[in-house]
Amino acid sequence: MTGSGEPDHSTPAFPARALRPYVITRGRARASRNTVGVETLLIAPDPDRELPVTASREERSLVRMCSRLLSLAEAAVHLDLPVSLVSVLASDLIDAGYLSARSGVSRPAAPDSALLLEVLNGLRGIR
Amino acid sequence: MDSAGSADRYLPDTIQRSAKILVVGAFGVGKTTLVGSVSEITPLRTEEVMTEASVGVDELHGGSRKRTTTVAMDFGRITINPELVLYLFGAPGQRRFWDLWTDLAVGAIGVLVLVDVRTLEESFDVLEQLEERELPFAVAVNRFPDSPDVDLDQVSAALDLLPETPVVECDARDRHSCAQALLALCEYVVTHDPRSREFAQ
Ligand SMILES: Nc1nc2c(ncn2[C@@H]2O[C@H](COP(=O)(O)OP(=O)(O)O)[C@@H](O)[C@H]2O)c(=O)[nH]1
Ligand SMILES: [Mg+2]
Repeated sequence: MTGSGEPDHSTPAFPARALRPYVITRGRARASRNTVGVETLLIAPDPDRELPVTASREERSLVRMCSRLLSLAEAAVHLDLPVSLVSVLASDLIDAGYLSARSGVSRPAAPDSALLLEVLNGLRGIR
Repeated sequence: MDSAGSADRYLPDTIQRSAKILVVGAFGVGKTTLVGSVSEITPLRTEEVMTEASVGVDELHGGSRKRTTTVAMDFGRITINPELVLYLFGAPGQRRFWDLWTDLAVGAIGVLVLVDVRTLEESFDVLEQLEERELPFAVAVNRFPDSPDVDLDQVSAALDLLPETPVVECDARDRHSCAQALLALCEYVVTHDPRSREFAQ
């Protein structure tokens, strides 16, 4: 998110696919904290809010993709970006307030029992 | 890449929470088929580039190079109720992909291990890892036309499973059958989640 005199990747010579993830994430291979998962539901609280000029093309497209509710994994697939990369970007964008995680950003190691019972009931209904 | 209309891809705004289940197994056991059968969206597929963590690679290459591998994953989605969606993530189970799915497993309800009785030994690795990491799992046996006629108790014995670990039949092509296998996993997690011991008195 923050420009720091590093090369500008917002107009890359290669498509994102051809860049190793750490180039796009400016040196980090994983999200700083284990707060987002593939199933985290993302939404841009204000999709029209301007991102800083230093924001990468991938960050911009992620915020645009999340103009409505979508999981991190789905956003990554629709953007044709690796999930591991989108996790890092989403984590930064959440910190900066450009994205929010619908169900909160703290993920327990195991789902709570209320959620489990809802899933059970839902699966029982599948014919 | 995604040519379909973009309006359909979004979740209803009533959705408040998500849950996930991992589907793992060796190549060709039916993971992609299962995710496709139960998913209400066209299953999505991604290729992740991962650095191989296998022992010895660094030494072999003088410590300076790491080998990268591409791993295909399948995603499916089931709307459980107006406020909750369940995601399914299908990922290969082999040892060299462990790094990938241990990250994936954080916060998951559990893991459904798909096995093919013709190649049971290919799941030993996965099961050992799940037991070590105390992730709750159930085993689903996907039958193929030339599968030998073994019953579920024999599968359980051959895989050296704990008596309480569910072993169920599953036709990966059939939605109801897949849902029943997922249900067996969830029912087991309710009573036997090894992770909940930390919280229990
Ligand atoms: N007869 C039979 N064939 C299956 C079943 N499930 C999958 N297959 C077939 O087995 C092959 C491998 O399945 P796939 O889902 O691609 O396996 P994956 O490698 O685990 O993703 C495909 O040709 C499927 O059509 C099943 O339950 N019964
Ligand atoms: Mg597959």
